[in-house]
Amino acid sequence: MNPFQFERSSSSSEAILRMGKNSRAKFIGGGTNLIDLMKEGVESSDFLLDVNHVGMNEVLELPGGRIRIGASVTNSDAAYSGLVEERFPLLRDAILAGASPQLRNMATCGGNLLQRTRCYYFYDLATACNKRENGSGCDAIAGNNRIHALFGASDACIAVHPSDMCVALATLNAEIHVLGPNGPRVIRIADFHRLPGNDPTRDNTLSRDELIIAIELPPSPLNHHYHYAKVRDRSSYAFALISAAVGMNLEAGKIQSASIAMGGVAHKPWRDSRAEKLLIGKRPEIRVFRDFSEAFFKSARGLGHNNFKIELGKRTLVRALEEASLK
Amino acid sequence: MKESQTWIGKPVSRVDGYAKVTGAARYAAEFKSDGLVYGVVVSSDVTKGKILKIDSRSALACDGVIEVITHENRPKVSFWNRKFGDQDSPPGDHFRALYDSEVYYSGQPVALVIAETFEAARYAAKLVVITYELEEYETDFHSRLEEAYAPKETKPGFEKPKSRGDADEAFSQAPHKISAEYDSPTQHHNPMEMHATTVVYEGDDTYTIYDKTQGTANSQAYVCQVFGLSPKKVRVRAPFVGGAFGSGLRPQYQLYLAVMAAKKLQRSVRVVLTRQQMFSFGHRPASVQTVKLSAGEDGVLHSVGHSVTAETSQLEDYMENVVSWSGMLYKCENVEVKHELVKADIFTPLDMRAPGATSGLFALESAMDELSYEIGMDPLELRLANYTEKDQNYFGRSFSSKELRACYEQGAAKFGWSKRALKPRSLREGKKWIGQGVATGVWDALHMKSTASAEFTSKGELKITSGVTDIGTGTYTILTQIAAETLGLNLENVTTSIGDTDFTPAPLQGGSWTAGSMGSATQAACFAVREKIFKLAKKLPDSPFSDAELSDVLFEGGEMLLKKDPSRSVSLNDVLKSSRVDSVKAEGTSAPNYLKELPHARNTHSAVFAEVKVDADFGMIEVSRVVVAVAAGKILNPKTARSQILGGVVWGMSQALFEETVTDHRLGRILNHSFAEYHIPVNRDVPEIDVIFVPEADSIVNELGVKGLGEIGIVGTAAAVANAVFHATGKRVRNLPIRPDKMV
Repeated sequence: MNPFQFERSSSSSEAILRMGKNSRAKFIGGGTNLIDLMKEGVESSDFLLDVNHVGMNEVLELPGGRIRIGASVTNSDAAYSGLVEERFPLLRDAILAGASPQLRNMATCGGNLLQRTRCYYFYDLATACNKRENGSGCDAIAGNNRIHALFGASDACIAVHPSDMCVALATLNAEIHVLGPNGPRVIRIADFHRLPGNDPTRDNTLSRDELIIAIELPPSPLNHHYHYAKVRDRSSYAFALISAAVGMNLEAGKIQSASIAMGGVAHKPWRDSRAEKLLIGKRPEIRVFRDFSEAFFKSARGLGHNNFKIELGKRTLVRALEEASLK
Repeated sequence: MKESQTWIGKPVSRVDGYAKVTGAARYAAEFKSDGLVYGVVVSSDVTKGKILKIDSRSALACDGVIEVITHENRPKVSFWNRKFGDQDSPPGDHFRALYDSEVYYSGQPVALVIAETFEAARYAAKLVVITYELEEYETDFHSRLEEAYAPKETKPGFEKPKSRGDADEAFSQAPHKISAEYDSPTQHHNPMEMHATTVVYEGDDTYTIYDKTQGTANSQAYVCQVFGLSPKKVRVRAPFVGGAFGSGLRPQYQLYLAVMAAKKLQRSVRVVLTRQQMFSFGHRPASVQTVKLSAGEDGVLHSVGHSVTAETSQLEDYMENVVSWSGMLYKCENVEVKHELVKADIFTPLDMRAPGATSGLFALESAMDELSYEIGMDPLELRLANYTEKDQNYFGRSFSSKELRACYEQGAAKFGWSKRALKPRSLREGKKWIGQGVATGVWDALHMKSTASAEFTSKGELKITSGVTDIGTGTYTILTQIAAETLGLNLENVTTSIGDTDFTPAPLQGGSWTAGSMGSATQAACFAVREKIFKLAKKLPDSPFSDAELSDVLFEGGEMLLKKDPSRSVSLNDVLKSSRVDSVKAEGTSAPNYLKELPHARNTHSAVFAEVKVDADFGMIEVSRVVVAVAAGKILNPKTARSQILGGVVWGMSQALFEETVTDHRLGRILNHSFAEYHIPVNRDVPEIDVIFVPEADSIVNELGVKGLGEIGIVGTAAAVANAVFHATGKRVRNLPIRPDKMV
């Protein structure tokens, strides 16, 4: 771990100004991922700016049934806030499926969006990793790729995004509010994380000097029939082999709308809106769910060790849809 | 007269518990010294080759960095490789860190950066640039199985597998048979406490060393041999050890490097390994086993075949008892067993949590389960049909005691085994298949020469000391209980101090032998003190004991009293005061009595019953219930004893479902070297575990009749879980761990 300067900022606009001057500076929230990466030498920021005290630590109700989760609200506080529990129980379930209670108490929601992959090779400086150092190669592609991507991978990177929270955010069409030197902007969750392409070093579309201010959730008709399913190697404190966040709106015994995102399968929470359309107007039946899961996984490509995740993924989707429809 | 109090067999809370939860108990990395400096290890990025160049300039240029020690500038160490051996080393050339330019395995320590602060040392360690000449390597023993060999020379404690009868012939003739291959992965010990050593430099080439070790004497001897130091100048202390599971049986390289740095700089030095570096030394070896069993319609075994091929390093031939259990656990005339090794470019394996038995019994007890389905017989019935009262490995000698039958009976009753359906896939609850499995566990009741010292003072305090360590197992507590009971004192009047080479010599803490061996030594020391006090008491003016023999006297409530007339008593401290003696001191030794012990097999046994729930779609396995019945001689403390068995069972579940060191064999590098990725059970994975101690009297194993509990909890548990998974789903997984991908 390299020596670094640590300072605390008292306002978001000041934080952005200070960030602009230093290309090796980083914002720090809970630090549950960043500090680990610095210990491993994967990250080597020389200036950490603490943004936990800039007034982004509340969960608020907004007009029109929206809610706004401040970026420095901890994962635990978000999951147990009355507004999230009542209106977005899918998000609560996803957050509580992640990490461990100790980590959730430290980690912030803004930081969760920026979690980096758990690819073994990314963490080991002795191996080639384009995400760490673009152009160095990828030892994972022909290596141990059990936990790697089925969708949207590139020749440069097969890493997956590790978050549970973000999978639910994708299902719920969350909006990420950010502030940069040129003022605020809103990024749809679908556009927030990116695929690795030729530049796997970039996990998302945030600029270096932009600060996540809040996550906003538009009112959702999916909050009655919902389910978060997570398949993992042990019952807690394990990243998802596969996860699925499912919400649907049932009326008169038929699916009016549905939104489905999967985790553990791609460089970002994975949605397939074309496949989702297959569900519209159908009865919530196993046969329908199976057809959907086949369509969803049509473009999935196994890499060897992770081939089992294709069948496992289909089953996870069917189970999550079934559980959601029965709620 | 005070009320009589006994301590042996009572569920006494840990005497060191308060110190542990308040932080007063200090571990190797917590001892301070003026001017302490910090060493951080640089590990090899490459798997095999030679170091061409080490560029330490950037590291040395950092503020606070004092020195970078490499093979080029290290202090002199012994030229003789054998000097690097220790009480637990396998035959071969022993690994020597920073000895020369050779790199034998990925993660090998290649330099030590020393700085005034830990942070500076850690940063500078990343700046050391090493150039290597690379060589070809193979870290996967599976790809070299055809090179398997049986070493001529073997490790201490290794029993050469002994075959008997004609297993091939019996197998070919038998009506029922199974033959299967079982694969066990590499596992690392992963105690909570990382390996650490704080060397306090006392001047004049004299060192007090706080080491994470299971054997203070072993570390002392190693340091003296390697650096040519006199034992008088090297004191090793390990008052508390934060778990070890075998990882501290051999002196590890942080000890060697810390002493090396202290010697070179003539300063106090601390070296603590990282969690990642905890994967850079000994481990349970990966192995492939073949088990062939055959039986008649009645389930009686006609033959047992068990062979293992395991990985070892290029340097040493590590062997553990994997297959010998198969020749003794069940009655059978035809047994064929074999143990072979394959060399790979890895570090030498090391005894870990019931070494050998953990993997061997997984295979044997899985195979017994497979055979039971082949015959169509209840798996518990099959085991009872082959029950043996003789150890056929050793000419049919009898057991010193063996209450395994009672383990089966009491465990089955508690578990409700009789209600279990014979067929797999019989029970389903919602989305989950439910299954139940059984397996047998066995381990040695070993007796090692041990010495303890006892000193009783005129203030009424009893001090017990020994070099032995407590690796979290409860040694402090049981020694205190034994001492208090022997002299008839309260626990508060006994202080136990251990883990110090200034105290009496003790064996390594391991192999489940500590409670019986050290306990007996402590009892012997207290007996000797008792006798001395008695002799003083006899000489007192108007002594009520003047005509008495020691056997006429009771020690109770801090007093000595006549059995015939308990009103005639004298307090122990009064005896000393009146005799004008400040303290009475004696040593006690417990050593194997071969004439008495060798004619008998001396073992602990267990029966493990497990229930699992398996998600029908996802293959996620939940262990919902475990009952384990253990026969281990006298139980000194049911509370700490239960804790040991709980720990063992959790590790057994871990073996079955989670633990695996994953190596990318193209790179020769371990990938999952952190607690996030190297999975062990979390609280949520651990169900209610019922522990039954079956009464077992044993007058042969040692003076106390205690057999030890360090390993028996893990042995058999993985097979019980795997057998339950089969019973639940009809799917037999023979390569551990059983993860969802193997179930889908």
